Amino acid sequence: MMPFEYLRAGNEADALQAAADRPDARFIAGGTNLLDLMKLGIERPPQLIDIGGLDLRTMAETPDGGLRIGALVTNAELAAHPLVRARYPLLSQAILAGASGQLRNKATTGGNLLQRTRCYYFYDPASPCNKREPGTGCAAIGGFNRIMAILGTSAHCIASHPSDMAVAMRALDARVETRQRDGQMEVRALDALYRLPGETPHIDHTLAPGELITAVVLPAPLNGRQRYRKVRDRASYAFALVSVAATLAVEDGMIVQAAMAFGGVAPMPWRDRTAEALLIGQTPSQALFERCADAVTAEAQGQGGNDFKITLLRRTLAACLTDLTGNVP
Amino acid sequence: MPWIEANANVAVTLTVNGVSHRLELDARVTLLDALREHLRLTGTKKGCDHGQCGACTVLVNGRRINSCLSLAAMHGADNITTIEGLGTTDALHPLQAAFVAADGLQCGYCTAGQICSAMGMLEEWRAGWPSHVGEHAPAEAITAAEIRERMSGNLCRCAAYPRIVEAIQRYAGDEGAST
Ligand SMILES: Cc1cc2nc3c(=O)[nH]c(=O)nc-3n(C[C@H](O)[C@H](O)[C@H](O)COP(=O)(O)OP(=O)(O)OC[C@H]3O[C@@H](n4cnc5c(N)ncnc54)[C@H](O)[C@@H]3O)c2cc1C
Ligand code: SF4
Ligand code: FES
Ligand code: FES
Repeated sequence: MMPFEYLRAGNEADALQAAADRPDARFIAGGTNLLDLMKLGIERPPQLIDIGGLDLRTMAETPDGGLRIGALVTNAELAAHPLVRARYPLLSQAILAGASGQLRNKATTGGNLLQRTRCYYFYDPASPCNKREPGTGCAAIGGFNRIMAILGTSAHCIASHPSDMAVAMRALDARVETRQRDGQMEVRALDALYRLPGETPHIDHTLAPGELITAVVLPAPLNGRQRYRKVRDRASYAFALVSVAATLAVEDGMIVQAAMAFGGVAPMPWRDRTAEALLIGQTPSQALFERCADAVTAEAQGQGGNDFKITLLRRTLAACLTDLTGNVP
Repeated sequence: MPWIEANANVAVTLTVNGVSHRLELDARVTLLDALREHLRLTGTKKGCDHGQCGACTVLVNGRRINSCLSLAAMHGADNITTIEGLGTTDALHPLQAAFVAADGLQCGYCTAGQICSAMGMLEEWRAGWPSHVGEHAPAEAITAAEIRERMSGNLCRCAAYPRIVEAIQRYAGDEGAST
């Protein structure tokens, strides 16, 4: 690990001031992703601002029936919270399908959103990787790419985003509250936190240097049922090959509301509004789910080793919608 | 609090098994290395050093975490419990005794992590935390399927899993019977 200057910030103002003083500094929350990468020399921040002491650990209902989740609420606390289990079971399921009990006790809401890809070549400093070392190439294209993305990729990077929590939050229309270094508050929809790789895959997100995530806000849940379905290489403690987060409301046999997000298949938690629109006003059926899967995978592109994800995504989507609607013909 | 320079030491007081230790550490020192190399509490083991095996599991304020993925400097305000704080060779903790009785180990390298993890896990169970397996009432007895899921962050290279599960289930049962 490279030496770094270290500051344990006492409060939000101190943390932002420290970030203003040291433009290259990074925040450290749970540390479960950043320290992992620092040990390998993949992340080399010259300064760390420890935000563990900040007062961002509360969860509170918002006046419109939503939920504000402090950036330092742990993944374990969030998944176990009675309001989350009652109103956003999808989110609880997604978190509990990821990592381990120990990691979830340490991982935070903000840190989880910003965790970096698990692409093997990104983790191997001996391999070319545009995300780690811009301009060196992408070893995954033409290489071993079983876990890589099939949507939203570019000729420069095909890495997938590893978070389960973020997929649930995307389906739930989460918004991210931040503070800039000058204290200015910003709010953005979760999808606007992320960037597609394009020609600059080394930039994962849209936060300005020193911009601190303070909370994630969920709107009141949609009507209907929710489900997170994850497919992985072992039964527990493994990242998603493919995951589907869905909320679906059926009235008088007709789908009246639908929101879906997909994990393991794109550089960010993926959403497809066209596919959602296709479900509205329809009677649930396997044929309908097939048409929905056609829409989601219309632009999907495999790289050889991950071709199977196209079929797996279609089937996981159909299985998830079947979970939500009952066994329809 | 001011910036600690890159090559200067951080002063941190670690409270481990009820005893406070004042340490001057390189900011890069993980909680795991502080415990093993600085406090010589070598019961906690280093397996992968990357959050993937659970050998380094300790309890921080009663919650289990991987001590390899945390900096010692981040824990000045916390109460840390390691395997040394649970029991001794002469006075085994009932969960340690259950591991011996059930033969829940072979080489023993993962065992301290398994036991600390199981302590935290059972606390989570009693608090009614759900798992990937499902929801439960806090007073319910824990099932083998729940133990397997909740303990998946602890790998055992010797694959003593069936007996690890048995040891935990036995201990949880005895404990349930005595409370
Ligand atoms: C073995 C292993 C298995 C895992 N399996 C899964 C899995 O199956 N599914 C899954 O979803 N995840 C999994 N994870 C990843 C885990 O969920 C993340 O490591 C964790 O959520 C990161 O949170 P953290 O608080 O520890 O982040 P940190 O490591 O502290 O930070 C991560 C990044 O976020 C930045 N950051 C943190 N907080 C803020 C903030 N408030 N504002 C601005 N920037 C911030 C940091 O600067 C850093 O760049 C796994 C991890 C490991 C090690
Ligand atoms: S897919 Fe992205 S992260 Fe992986 S090697 Fe290519 S550029 Fe690097
Ligand atoms: S040594 Fe910490 S998880 Fe393996
Ligand atoms: S007993 Fe050998 S690793 Fe578990």
